[in-house]
Amino acid sequence: MNKPFAITLDPGSSLANRTGTWRTERPVYVNRLPPCNNQCPAGEDIQGWLFHAESGNYEKAWQHLTKDNPFPAIMGRVCYHTCEGACNRANLDSAVGINSVERFLGDEAIKRKWKLVQPAAESGKHVLIVGGGPSGMSAAYHLRRLGHRVTVYEAGPMLGGMMRFGIPKYRLPREVLDAEMQRVVEMGVEVKLNAKVDNIQETMKAGNFDAAFLAVGAHIGKRTNIPAGAVSKIVDAVSVLRSMEGEEKPMLGRRVVVYGGGNTAIDVARTAKRMGAEPIIVYRRTRDKMPAHDFEVEEAMQEGVMIKWLSTIKKAGDASITVEKMELDANGFPQPTGEIETLEADSVVLALGQDVDLGLLEGVPGLEVTDGVVKVDANMMTGHAGIFAGGDMVPTERNITVGVGHGKKAAKNIDAWLRGITYVAPPKPPVATFERLNTWYYSDAPKTVRPMLDIIRRQSTFEEVQGGLDETNALFEARRCLSCGNCFECDNCYGVCPDNAVIKLGPGKGFQFNYDYCKGCGLCVSECPCGAINMVPENN
Amino acid sequence: MSFQPVKFYQTGTFTVGNRLLAPDQRSVQANMERTNSLNSGHRACQGCGEALGARYAIDAAMHATDKQMVAVNATGCLEVFSTPYPETSWQVPWIHSLFGNAAAVATGVSAALKVKRQKGVSGDVRVVAQGGDGGTTDIGFGCLSGMFERNDDVLYICYDNGGYMNTGIQRSSATPPAARTATTMPVGPEPGNPFGQGKFVPAIAMAHEIPYVATATVADLRDLEYKVRKAMTFRGARYIHILVPCPLGWGTASDETLRMSRLAKETGLFPVFEAERGELTHSTKIRRLLPVEEYLRPQKRFAHLFGKTPAVDTIARLQAIADKNIRKYDLLEKEAN
Ligand SMILES: Cc1cc2nc3c(=O)[nH]c(=O)nc-3n(C[C@H](O)[C@H](O)[C@H](O)COP(=O)(O)OP(=O)(O)OC[C@H]3O[C@@H](n4cnc5c(N)ncnc54)[C@H](O)[C@@H]3O)c2cc1C
Ligand SMILES: Cc1ncc(C[n+]2csc(CCOP(=O)(O)OP(=O)(O)O)c2C)c(N)n1
Ligand code: SF4
Ligand code: SF4
Ligand SMILES: [Mg+2]
Repeated sequence: MNKPFAITLDPGSSLANRTGTWRTERPVYVNRLPPCNNQCPAGEDIQGWLFHAESGNYEKAWQHLTKDNPFPAIMGRVCYHTCEGACNRANLDSAVGINSVERFLGDEAIKRKWKLVQPAAESGKHVLIVGGGPSGMSAAYHLRRLGHRVTVYEAGPMLGGMMRFGIPKYRLPREVLDAEMQRVVEMGVEVKLNAKVDNIQETMKAGNFDAAFLAVGAHIGKRTNIPAGAVSKIVDAVSVLRSMEGEEKPMLGRRVVVYGGGNTAIDVARTAKRMGAEPIIVYRRTRDKMPAHDFEVEEAMQEGVMIKWLSTIKKAGDASITVEKMELDANGFPQPTGEIETLEADSVVLALGQDVDLGLLEGVPGLEVTDGVVKVDANMMTGHAGIFAGGDMVPTERNITVGVGHGKKAAKNIDAWLRGITYVAPPKPPVATFERLNTWYYSDAPKTVRPMLDIIRRQSTFEEVQGGLDETNALFEARRCLSCGNCFECDNCYGVCPDNAVIKLGPGKGFQFNYDYCKGCGLCVSECPCGAINMVPENN
Repeated sequence: MSFQPVKFYQTGTFTVGNRLLAPDQRSVQANMERTNSLNSGHRACQGCGEALGARYAIDAAMHATDKQMVAVNATGCLEVFSTPYPETSWQVPWIHSLFGNAAAVATGVSAALKVKRQKGVSGDVRVVAQGGDGGTTDIGFGCLSGMFERNDDVLYICYDNGGYMNTGIQRSSATPPAARTATTMPVGPEPGNPFGQGKFVPAIAMAHEIPYVATATVADLRDLEYKVRKAMTFRGARYIHILVPCPLGWGTASDETLRMSRLAKETGLFPVFEAERGELTHSTKIRRLLPVEEYLRPQKRFAHLFGKTPAVDTIARLQAIADKNIRKYDLLEKEAN
């Protein structure tokens, strides 16, 4: 070889020097459970669908979302969105408006007529669903998706359960409800309306069903003993709200007294207001003890609903009621004071909660009922093999999202049970905590506020109160997501490695470590904005 | 729906890449085809800021010149850890001569390339010289000042880690006051590097009224890349001074390199700005102003300031330097009125 003076070796590359041997710890990519996902009662992969929404791919976002929950437009209106309470961004400025983006996606889907995926193959099994509310229809959707034949028996004239016969229109427009119910039906779910099941075992036998999911809800308004005159009008809230859906609107008079402090009390009072009445809520404890959500109380008061705290109804006359003032004792329980007051009242609406009608379950062996609700095991199965149950009729927090979650969980378990196995949920990774984020990297951005209907129309019409986001602010809101615990391809690890030891695999494919050269400095771990890299000791 | 362009991109340009940005708005480092000028296998310490800064800067220069460039390297860590005979980590045409003469060698290479270009032997090949703070602000300073004064067509990049790191952390004229080095031990009435000495070469470069002077840190990649790209749009002498934390010399954990550069900028101790022909043209504003302690406390070279009785006077003097930088280089966003 012809080499210059004093040069004896050919030039080489430093790639011959495997600096990976220096390492005592190694970085590994991880996926942690975002706190929002962890919180969602329907088990939505919120961070996952926001990821697609961030890039403006709304249809993909919607498809990703509906893997877990087929009703985003409903959720975006009436879900109590506890996910936002868990959102890490709250520690920076304010929580991501998950619920408003969900609504935007749901509305886009309706507008653009996106379809749910059809089952790949038919299983040949037939499952009975009793009750076409959120829980039953969620189960129907998931079971259908898994390839099972599904028939829903619904006692009422339409699908939706309490979403139709409880929640007023001004919170959930019926076109939205219809569209999302119809889409599940279009997957090939069979529906029998006005078909009350009186005896579950008989119905199963007659229809040759392989399994059943019960979701009959809780529809019997609780009563309380109020001494009343012969002409006093005492009705229960669920009946009033149900009749709002029919031809004959309820006759409540001008002064309507609503008794109770839950969301139902608020809904019925706001409904009465819209019909021209002057509603007043009578509740025995204080505002902060009210089970109703504070924002609903706030909205009701804005609309002119009066609330009388710390009061119980002693008796009802024909045009008035007698209330007694209460005071809270040291334990926060209301105690009578003996102080009496009379209120004008044309009717009294009881909103004291609901009981479950368990008539259809009579004589089913193994089935257990405690405190008026049906016991289920961890797989949503009742004491009777093959009969599963969920939603308001089992011991639980009673709301739509929990019902939807039950439907999904039951569907997975029914599917496994039909195949003679037990469903094992994949293990949950640890939660992505705020401390693991490197928040330096996120742009500052306050939350977008949803528009509200003007107050006059809120007092006199059943138009929807809360508006939605338009595309610009929905996109903005989606992009406020920090992608907690899951890589969002910001390229930081790829950039900050002084040793070129991170391999970028390309859009959607993520990254890989080149352990031949990674020295284990940990820079990528510290600079990953969302905490998607862990440092683990080398074991040799 | 009224059209309103969406200006919010989740992490904006804070992160290295951002899939939400248009491809032409993305950084060189985010690109799968970046040059990787300083390749894997080099012998820099874990978390070395200089290795990172050099790849950021030279990749950006390679991108800006469409790979038509030559790098000239002074002696120092960057040269020693990258090029132990006969291996090299450099994936660019690269030459090393001595500790103190990088600017002069670059002048020569630039002159030679000019002749080749004039003779039609080669196209427009640009020159980037690079060295540590010792090689730049001390021993190489005469050559550098000459290069500036003659306005030779060279971009000179100084990687400032605040000392002669390669030979065991001795003081340089870029070592910050109060810092402990092997030659400024924390003993006596004024422990560590004395106040009132040293120099800030970006200001001296400005005094030469050369076309372009800029400072940058490895914590703000987009700003750094922008400055290299901009520097390559000028002919004549240009100077970029990049703060590059050294975990070994500063006594910081290897994963804290970027945090340290961020803190240097956010406290005002390291002003980030640009100047053209001697005049300040732009300063990168502090995003979340912090007291200097935040920057000093994690570094072992300042540990003597935080003993049983904290050296409040010394810390106050360092704070005064930061405050002066903030005033002089206009580092704070003006209050919205
Ligand atoms: C006024 C009101 C407002 C509410 N607001 C909200 C809210 O904003 N957000 C929220 O998350 N939750 C809200 N809830 C609670 C929520 O509506 C319920 O938790 C939820 O609907 C329960 O779902 P489910 O499927 O278990 O039962 P349901 O929705 O009650 O549905 C049960 C269905 O089963 C049918 N059925 C009953 N018995 C039989 C039978 N024997 N055979 C055939 N069909 C039968 C019923 O007709 C009904 O359609 C509200 C409830 C009320 C009363
Ligand atoms: C003329 C000369 N004197 C001394 C040295 C020894 N030497 C090699 S590198 C170095 C220090 C380099 O410091 P700096 O330029 O700041 O670069 P760093 O290693 O800190 O990156 C010294 C003193 C030398 N190579 N040549
Ligand atoms: S920032 Fe995003 S991923 Fe994190 S909790 Fe909030 S919505 Fe979920
Ligand atoms: S920054 Fe690079 S060298 Fe450091 S741990 Fe991460 S991959 Fe390894
Ligand atoms: Mg140095």
